[in-house]
Amino acid sequence: MIGYFLRRLVQSLLILLGVSIITFVLLYWLPADPVRQIAGRSATAQTVENIRQQLGLDQPLWVQYWRYLTGLVQGDLGRSYLQKTEVSTLIASRLPASLLLMAGAIFAELLLGLSMGIVAALRRSTTMDQSLMIVSFIGVSAPQFVVGLLLLYVFAVQLGWFPIGGYGTFSHLVLPSITLGILGSGWYSRMMRSSMIEVLRQDYVRTARAKGLTRLRVIFRHALPNAILPIIAMIGIDIGIFMGGIVVVESVFGWPGIGQLAWQAIQRVDIPIIMGVTLVSAIAIVIGNLLADLISLMVDPRIRTEL
Amino acid sequence: MKNFFATTAIALCFALPAGAEDYQPDPNAKSGGNIVVTYKDDVATLDPAIGYDWQNWSMIKSLFDGLMDYDPGTTDLRPGLAESYTISDDGMVFTFEMRNGVQFHNGREMTAEDVVYSFNRVTNPTTQSPGAGFFWSIKGYDAMASGEADALEGVTVEGPSTVRIELSRPDATFLHVMALNFASVVPREAVEASGDDFGKNPVGTGAFSLAEWTIGQRLVFAKNETYWRNGIPYLDQITFEVGQEPIVALLRLQNGEVDVPGDGIPPAKFQEVMGDPAQAGRVVEGGQLHTGYITLNTQMPPFDNADVRRAVNMAINKDRIIQIINGRAIAATQPLPPTMPGYTEGYEGYAFDPEAAKAMLAKAGFAEGFETELYVMNTDPNPRIAQAIQQDLAGIGITAGIKSLAQASVIAAGGEADQAPMIWSGGMAWIADFPDAANFYGPILGCSGAIQGGWNWSWYCNEALDEKSASADAIVDPARAGERLEMWSEIYMTIMEDAPWVPVFNEQRYTMKSPRMGGKDALYVDPVSIPVNYDYVFVTD
Amino acid sequence: MANSVNIELTVALSAERGVIRQFARRKLALFGLFLVVFTVFSAVFAPYLTGFDPNDQMFDGLTLHGAPMPPGGQFMLGTDLLGRDLLTRILYGARTSLIIGVAANGLALLIGTIVGVTAGYFRGWVGSMLMRLTDLMMAFPALLLAICLAAIFQPSLWIVALVIAIVYWVQTARVLYAETASLAEREFIAAERTLGAGHMRILLKHILPHLMPTIIVWGTLGISTTVLLEATLSFLGVGVQPPTPSWGNIIFENQTYFQAAPWLVFFPGLAILTLALAFNLVGDALREILDPTQRGRD
Repeated sequence: MIGYFLRRLVQSLLILLGVSIITFVLLYWLPADPVRQIAGRSATAQTVENIRQQLGLDQPLWVQYWRYLTGLVQGDLGRSYLQKTEVSTLIASRLPASLLLMAGAIFAELLLGLSMGIVAALRRSTTMDQSLMIVSFIGVSAPQFVVGLLLLYVFAVQLGWFPIGGYGTFSHLVLPSITLGILGSGWYSRMMRSSMIEVLRQDYVRTARAKGLTRLRVIFRHALPNAILPIIAMIGIDIGIFMGGIVVVESVFGWPGIGQLAWQAIQRVDIPIIMGVTLVSAIAIVIGNLLADLISLMVDPRIRTEL
Repeated sequence: MKNFFATTAIALCFALPAGAEDYQPDPNAKSGGNIVVTYKDDVATLDPAIGYDWQNWSMIKSLFDGLMDYDPGTTDLRPGLAESYTISDDGMVFTFEMRNGVQFHNGREMTAEDVVYSFNRVTNPTTQSPGAGFFWSIKGYDAMASGEADALEGVTVEGPSTVRIELSRPDATFLHVMALNFASVVPREAVEASGDDFGKNPVGTGAFSLAEWTIGQRLVFAKNETYWRNGIPYLDQITFEVGQEPIVALLRLQNGEVDVPGDGIPPAKFQEVMGDPAQAGRVVEGGQLHTGYITLNTQMPPFDNADVRRAVNMAINKDRIIQIINGRAIAATQPLPPTMPGYTEGYEGYAFDPEAAKAMLAKAGFAEGFETELYVMNTDPNPRIAQAIQQDLAGIGITAGIKSLAQASVIAAGGEADQAPMIWSGGMAWIADFPDAANFYGPILGCSGAIQGGWNWSWYCNEALDEKSASADAIVDPARAGERLEMWSEIYMTIMEDAPWVPVFNEQRYTMKSPRMGGKDALYVDPVSIPVNYDYVFVTD
Repeated sequence: MANSVNIELTVALSAERGVIRQFARRKLALFGLFLVVFTVFSAVFAPYLTGFDPNDQMFDGLTLHGAPMPPGGQFMLGTDLLGRDLLTRILYGARTSLIIGVAANGLALLIGTIVGVTAGYFRGWVGSMLMRLTDLMMAFPALLLAICLAAIFQPSLWIVALVIAIVYWVQTARVLYAETASLAEREFIAAERTLGAGHMRILLKHILPHLMPTIIVWGTLGISTTVLLEATLSFLGVGVQPPTPSWGNIIFENQTYFQAAPWLVFFPGLAILTLALAFNLVGDALREILDPTQRGRD
């Protein structure tokens, strides 16, 4: 077990190294000059050259990367080109908000998705099943910007049940979590349904029913634990899906997370921030997958992990 | 030495009474109150040497002061931290008498040494200031820029409150430069204490001081009780909330939670707001020193042919484009916006005439039209405007493929001589740094901008015009100001003949405010302190 | 000799007809198939289905103040912010969205299935490497790649299809890996192995059929996801450039206006939804029909 964990750790570090190299190279190739962004539109050629030298951007690619890497292992993510503030400060001040939002979204999507999926599986081929299928597909097809604004408009502006965006209390968390979670709930509900149907058909389930166990007991003790396996694998993917949606949802609800930070940095070619956010999200994804794998192991011990 | 200077410095002497008396205070203004202003983008920095964003520009103006300033809501210069100034006969030496009793937010009194420190800091390459280039005319600038010197030779102290600035050549725009944020006065000890973090911990002499900054969420400005201009600011506090989507900010304004949406009325809500009299009454409309234009790359055929460029000018239906943006602009005939001194009144420009355009194209040898590319920034409404332009071009036989890219990518393409044949400037269009005709020339139409990575995307370089602009800017005598503006007008008229640009429209600014906001309308569409002049507005409740 | 061939042929043909007959009995599946065919038809024959040009910005397509026209009259689904007929743009947009939703999504599904099943079945060193590869692809900054590509190459539909396929296969891979790993541990697989069955036979006969439900879920939901993803990528400059319509980019460029002009978001969204649902109906029916444990239950 320890051996497995250590192996995964080493592999994860290699992955992070790989991501950092790929990102750095892509940013280098980006046909947009970060120095020009810093120097602004009124700068003379001299000013531009000065800034380029100050930031070490006149050095060859591998020299720049090496300097970055050596800083990284000491915990220094560098300073933003445009703000001059330390990247670690910027990320640290915004990461908790994004993590909170992700937690809220995972809760919302599991709640909505799993319940819809279980009901659909139990009421298979009825009108209820069809309707839930349509609802799931709507959840996946609806653009998050529109969903967010719609929820905001109806529940915050018209009904006044929630604040109009913002951050700080539980009631601020509800609408953005639902918005971010609706997309995922469509996936979870379909997967849960299909997984449940598969499991309910298995012999051991029929055996349990034949033995006289109540339906509920069969579902919760025998069907669910097996049906849940692919769901756990999906939670690991969630973080990747969220990365896309988080920019939109955070902007609509004024949620002070890293999505906004990343988006602005990409537009302004603020390389240190882009590197920092990419690495942080890579770490999150790697940890997420690792946790998902470990949980799968606990739920279904028959899965022997790779030797 | 001193006598020598005293006798030659007679001709132009400007000793005006202390600033507040010049501007008539609003009789309705009352002190007190807080307001909430929203922005979408996070505030990058409040360091006056570095901040060059649309939202931190006016915030920095409220935290810092420079030697010169503007009358609120206008483009008229007035003295700022400098109580008075004299200019030598030849226009090369400016002597500023600094005010006494001005305190920084940390309590220390400002001296002339602080001015010297501030100018040396902004021109020092290690500061990485985007505005260093504005100080080109000060003697010793070149040495600073190349790193050979660490102090400007031309900026010296002549007494505890006198600053003497010597130029290397006469510069008619110099006083405007003194009013730029980059020329703000900063205290050395605060800068050295914060180092690179001064942008998050600003200390200045301005009407407000920074009370709180929660990164990514809000900034709070508090009234500077010891501000040197009597009676202002009126507000006790301003809260800037960042990360707010413009549509949501407007919803919150309608709900009474926000006083001024800093990014303006989003295009999607414009009709709804203006269609409701109650809301429309709280919208202030004003001109901006802005022009939106299409650049035609004079180095890429067939745009190296002036007739082709003129034909393109005649092909664009500006009224239709303005209709597409809900009428929020006026058609432009020339590079300068109408409110800029030096604007040529009565000039009609190239009228919309597709037939004449086709004829001119044929004359140039392109009767069959040609294929080209139009670059545009990808945020709304610019791709729509580009598509309207594309249709207009198709009307005279030009097939333009659209390349809708991120802003940084378009800027990069424009900075290469052989990449972007046409660029719609929307989202990157020129807004004046200061209200002077010269500001629309240098980086975007002058030879100095036609370099790799430059902003002269039409790569237009007319040496004769460059010389003319230099001589126009050498006219520092205010009595000859009219002559100088004449020269600038001629310069821009020549440019229109050569047609490296298609000026399309001058965007109007619309600022919406909550019912409790007071103050003259001009303050809400202040041409210099964009978007709102925080020092002079007040609340009525 | 001829007789045995005849018999085999007859058996094969009747099995074929059996599938088709079973399919034809499911009304919903037929309906789904009809929708898919109709979409393809619209994409191919769009110029004949409508009198407007998708890129024609018409004078009477906007109100005097520059607002789009709501559905009704000569513009059945209304016009967009440049005065272009929405119905026409949706019909032409089917071309782009079909290519993305079917080809790009399909390719991603294929790669994901191959990687996930291989990793889950063989495990060990191979499985570990493949899974770490998926981790890497998940963390990969796809947006940056898109921006780079956009500026370097001519924007093209095939580039965006490729980018989507590259980025999107990881999710299917992870889920199928978990399911395959669980399945491969079942006793009957071990039994088959001892009987001498080859890997391919086990995979095709025993494992893949159990994975079909998941593959169908992923394939059909993926249509919506990839179509919307195409819109984000084209916003960054990769893929179709304005004025070429796609369902995703019509939604994207008009989403801030959805309060003032909801039809601009609703109708293309409905189109995406319908296509995904249609494939789902067809897929579900096929899965039921082809499922060995279900055969004969009709």
